[in-house]
Amino acid sequence: MNCTKCKTKAVIGLPRHNAAFCKGCFNGFVHDQVARAIKSEWMFGKEERILVAVSGGKDSLALWDILLKLGYRADALYVNLGIGAYSEQSHAKVTKFAEAVAATHGAKLHLHTVEQEAGAGIKELAMLIHRPTCSTCGTIKRYQFNRVAIEQEYDVMATGHNLDDEAARLLGNVLHWQEEYLDKQGPSLPASVAGFAKKVKPLYRLSERELAAYAVLNRIDYIVEECPMAKGSKTLQYKEVLNRLETESPGTKQTFYWGFLDKQKKKQPTATTMTEKDRAVLHPCTSCSQPTTAEVCSYCKMMARAKTVVPQ
Amino acid sequence: MQVQLSHPARTVEVKGPKKVKDLLRELNLVVEAHLVIKGDDLVTEDEMLYEGDQIEIRPVISGG
Repeated sequence: MNCTKCKTKAVIGLPRHNAAFCKGCFNGFVHDQVARAIKSEWMFGKEERILVAVSGGKDSLALWDILLKLGYRADALYVNLGIGAYSEQSHAKVTKFAEAVAATHGAKLHLHTVEQEAGAGIKELAMLIHRPTCSTCGTIKRYQFNRVAIEQEYDVMATGHNLDDEAARLLGNVLHWQEEYLDKQGPSLPASVAGFAKKVKPLYRLSERELAAYAVLNRIDYIVEECPMAKGSKTLQYKEVLNRLETESPGTKQTFYWGFLDKQKKKQPTATTMTEKDRAVLHPCTSCSQPTTAEVCSYCKMMARAKTVVPQ
Repeated sequence: MQVQLSHPARTVEVKGPKKVKDLLRELNLVVEAHLVIKGDDLVTEDEMLYEGDQIEIRPVISGG
């Protein structure tokens, strides 16, 4: 198989684009897809400061790498969840990338350790407060990424969600007719109220396989092991089903998710509706000031509960 | 040839020569969810693999 562009030996075939690329042309393709996502969704400009949420996985490290290579001002935040050897390994991968690659671009890494604030790692914390681990993890990560983005005055927060993540989430929402979640499934969410950072997903045009290939080809050392807490999750099941469909019928995932985005744009020509909705229901948490629909936000409630049950 | 797999980590012996797409089919693995790495290099589905090659089949799915 030869590269569609330069006719040298290809390293990856992309059936959904009816193309194959060598390393150089594939890197060009990936950078072009991210640049198109940033421009078409008005994500950020070259002068704005970006906070990338990194986990040590392929997507977030690839995102940090791509943004720096495209010339953006991108720092990162890593949240150490305290999941034993898994967190130790992922922390080491992030630190290695930050020192070897990001530092050469003048970018820095912020760190938050769950155990230091909550007194326990995520698994123990979830057990002690009687909440599912993945939901506890989601609450903590969303809160901390938003907090650091606001406190450190970043213009926008970027996550490594890819085409597969978004297609799987959309499938889950549609299967359960969770229409109220569909409005927030776009790749660019505005800072609708004071205290909320703008959130963007610059990788939504790239598949999980393409991002893994980018990481391998560019020698980005990421954690290949799956999070031990995610085993058997619904998202993984939806991804497997979508990948079977994609293999039989290339382009299925992008037709599904991008088609949804086109329909949403026709339905809602501006972000005003979502912003108006948020402004009507959100107000500052009485404890930390981050926006919430309740008097005290779910993070502060969780930390208050942790203080009563976690052995000090 | 030695084929290294993940989730769980294990090594299996597969007889070559064999095309990448046939190796994946034999192991009942979906192309869209995996990368095939020979030595340090990514290889496409039409690449022929031979006895003595060190192969890693890396899953690409992540997230919960």
